[in-house]
Amino acid sequence: MGESLFFTLPEIILSVSGLLLLLAGAWGGDSHTGRISLVSALALIVAAFVAVDPATHGSAFHGLYTSDAFSAFAKVLIYGAAAVAIIVAPRFFAREASLRAEYPVLILFSAVGMGMMVSAVDLLTLYVGLELQSLAAYVLASFMRRDLRSAEAGLKYFVLGALASGILLYGISLLYGFTGTTLFSGIATAARDGISTGELFGLVFVLAGLAFKISAVPFHMWTPDVYEGAPTPVTAFFASAPKVAAMGLLVRVSVEALGPASLSWQQIVIFSALASTILGGVAAIGQTNIKRLLAYSSINNVGFALFGLAAGNAEGVAATMSYMAVYIVMTLGSFLCVLQMRDADGQPVETIASLSGLSRTRPALAAAFAVFMFSLAGIPPLFGFWPKFLVFDALVGVGMWPLAMIGIATSVIGAYYYLKIVKTIYFDEPAPAFAPAESQIERGLIAISALAVSPLGYLGIPFLAATSAAAAKALF
Amino acid sequence: MNQLGFPILTILVALPLLAGIVCLFTNAATARRIALAATLADLALGIILWLNYDIGGAQWQFVESVPLFGRFAWALGIDGIALLLIVLSVFLMPICILASWDAIEKRVPEYMAAFLLMESLMLGVFAAQDLFLFYLFFEAGLIPMYLIIGIWGGANRIYASYKFFLYTLLGSVLMLIAMLWMAREAGTTDIPTLMAYDFPVSAQTWLFLAFFASFAVKMPMWPVHTWLPDAHVQAPTAGSVILAGVLLKMGGYGFIRFSLPMFPEASAEMMWLVFGLSMVAVVYTSLVALVQNDMKKLIAYSSVAHMAFVTIGLFAFNRQGIEGAMMVMLAHGLVSGALFLCVGVVYDRMHTREIDRYGGLSNNMPKYALLFMFFTMASVGLPGTANFVGEFLALVGAYDANSWVAAVATTGIILGAAYMLYLYRRIAFGEARTAEAARMIDLSPRELVCLVPIALATLWMGIYPESFLAPMRQDVGALLARIERARPAGDAQLAMGKTTTILTPAAHAGAH
Repeated sequence: MGESLFFTLPEIILSVSGLLLLLAGAWGGDSHTGRISLVSALALIVAAFVAVDPATHGSAFHGLYTSDAFSAFAKVLIYGAAAVAIIVAPRFFAREASLRAEYPVLILFSAVGMGMMVSAVDLLTLYVGLELQSLAAYVLASFMRRDLRSAEAGLKYFVLGALASGILLYGISLLYGFTGTTLFSGIATAARDGISTGELFGLVFVLAGLAFKISAVPFHMWTPDVYEGAPTPVTAFFASAPKVAAMGLLVRVSVEALGPASLSWQQIVIFSALASTILGGVAAIGQTNIKRLLAYSSINNVGFALFGLAAGNAEGVAATMSYMAVYIVMTLGSFLCVLQMRDADGQPVETIASLSGLSRTRPALAAAFAVFMFSLAGIPPLFGFWPKFLVFDALVGVGMWPLAMIGIATSVIGAYYYLKIVKTIYFDEPAPAFAPAESQIERGLIAISALAVSPLGYLGIPFLAATSAAAAKALF
Repeated sequence: MNQLGFPILTILVALPLLAGIVCLFTNAATARRIALAATLADLALGIILWLNYDIGGAQWQFVESVPLFGRFAWALGIDGIALLLIVLSVFLMPICILASWDAIEKRVPEYMAAFLLMESLMLGVFAAQDLFLFYLFFEAGLIPMYLIIGIWGGANRIYASYKFFLYTLLGSVLMLIAMLWMAREAGTTDIPTLMAYDFPVSAQTWLFLAFFASFAVKMPMWPVHTWLPDAHVQAPTAGSVILAGVLLKMGGYGFIRFSLPMFPEASAEMMWLVFGLSMVAVVYTSLVALVQNDMKKLIAYSSVAHMAFVTIGLFAFNRQGIEGAMMVMLAHGLVSGALFLCVGVVYDRMHTREIDRYGGLSNNMPKYALLFMFFTMASVGLPGTANFVGEFLALVGAYDANSWVAAVATTGIILGAAYMLYLYRRIAFGEARTAEAARMIDLSPRELVCLVPIALATLWMGIYPESFLAPMRQDVGALLARIERARPAGDAQLAMGKTTTILTPAAHAGAH
């Protein structure tokens, strides 16, 4: 038991600090939010360091939970993204006069849930983790209570999320019913001699429920509305950490539990990947709201990440995880830029048109924005090209080059709307200038993420390759 | 290291990039000076490179390789073919900067930075010895060019910049998949090794088509050339010079470096595709050029026609064809660049490219008329100019491969004379059609400094082409040895039986 607790140390750190900070918030009031945020971010960073320590790697609670290189890789990304979402929030909410001490605490609890998701090797652990993450997320989406759009986003997210959880749970019950176990390893053993129709149904439902969480087509429709309505720091959070967690979970379920049935789920993943890249690209073209556009961009990018999983081998999984790593840097960077979009009175603006001529009013911000857009489009020499390279390389490696050809051709559709943003920023006549940046931290974070996805990122390839390969090896 | 003792290619590539970053933090006047200094320094390095290039020595010289990126390496190195294209690039760049000296008034530091970045990437394309490094440079060039067209371009610049970007991107991404497959098949990303690797004939066709999609767009070949007139017309003068002078050459370079040596059988199989498209291009785009009323558009269409000579020459599978194609590329880089500069000169004064607004410029701008005449003649392919050497060799090569192709392509020279002389007559002769045209002043010293070196280089290449043929001779020979096994039988020898001595490579080499 003691050992099991030790293996779950990152979750314990986060849970305990979350509970303590909740008490601190309850007694201290909202005026302490700044300090609570700082401590939360520190707790996340500590948890990330603990998670990567090989001493904490092992199987806990009789095979319900595992901590390995894969979960460590995902947790670092998750905790990092969560910390960023906490750091940038106080300033945003203070302007809206809805600063509350619960925000960092909710993110912490959500991070605990996400940590459980990527460490789950049992369908029940999976479900508990997922729900913990989701419940916190529903509240976060409607965090600005007085704002109609935020409330709508929260409600939509909750209703559709509950539906997806139901589908997932139904799939879990089918898998349990037909295999007699909820352990991933047990399901894999049962599926070794071919899967029955019932198991196939269970598999489809589980994948559908998870596809909702990563907002892959055809379960993506909530994404633009929720992303648009939720407060921007929360949107930044939604677009990054839960995506990694759900993708990690999807990868683990596909490989560890359903590995023997890979031919069955590969088709689903291929369909979803292609549909996501195409729809994410086409639907984004007509958007006028930057947050909606980034929502479609995240659908598009998740599609590319799924191509790696479609390859179905360790190399493909490593590519998918590398994709997520680079993706969250690009996405967080883009949302940090969106956070800077405030008119002269300090009110947030979200129209793409308001970015017109940004290159002349705020050249550094414009350059960073352009770097993120070109990088999301996957244009070399920006680093966003590299994960696309990896997933298509994995596809070519298993002989699926026709799929790779189609997939990479769809990236050209996506390039169009990223170019449109760059065009607005650089070619158009300047719109009224944004309010000057106030926060050095946000500027610093934008600079760091822009540098990370700039060509300098290529120097990090050996490190990224080694860690993602180790992560993928833990599953195979 | 290499024969110089310092990594000259890395410096060549990195210097403009660093200067470009510095430019971003300065004001307009300083940025201009930094850009000029950096491009001149690169020109000096390019000349050092040329002087130290050991003709007849190792095939790959100045080789550097650092396994910096895990999956691929920072590997640079050049052969004679790459050397000439690098020299062309570094030669044109300072001229471009000078041409933009006064013409660009807004956002000068950013403009200079974009141009310097462009130079880095172009040189990287020609120097890269690693498959994926090549791809990075090849694709990355889209970003600065997109910005150059979109920010400093003409009225319809947005449309042109999108079209340029998306067309070339769609072509290139398919090439990436082919590269991924090749790297796995051959187990290396080293271009010289891949050039000697025999890919299975069944796969070659697909690989060839994937590369073809990229290079044909870049070249550009009919019918995927439509981005070029738009991009040329909308780009600022120096942007057009770089587009025509260097970017189009990446397509031809790609054919020489990848398509032919790596997929010889597929190249032979697809010969008629290339010939067919090129023949259409020569005739069709020449006719289109004839009816243009926009100077830049006319020259843009003439570029498409000239580049068709390159593809015809390359796929003739013989020495004359390939050397001729290289010469056409170099000559076209100089001459069409100069023609765009000539258009820029009058555009800066009148702010219109409409041919009908000019006329009689030989009266008030004699120096301009003389230089413009010279470049017009060069573009037509007058003996004594660079284009003649290239087009003649390419046609000789094509005749050896197929006399019909040569016959159709030759009409391009006649049509070329028609549209260029027609253009020249309307601009330089007769009466000035507008008062502003009659008032225009002759070339400034700065403009002369831009145009005269190009004229001298064109003459040099036309009168003593050996300086340019010598560095590439051995590399063309290596390429020919590589594709010999797939060479289709030409029709030129049918009637003559075995008496084909005049066109054999050995006899040709002696003729120089």
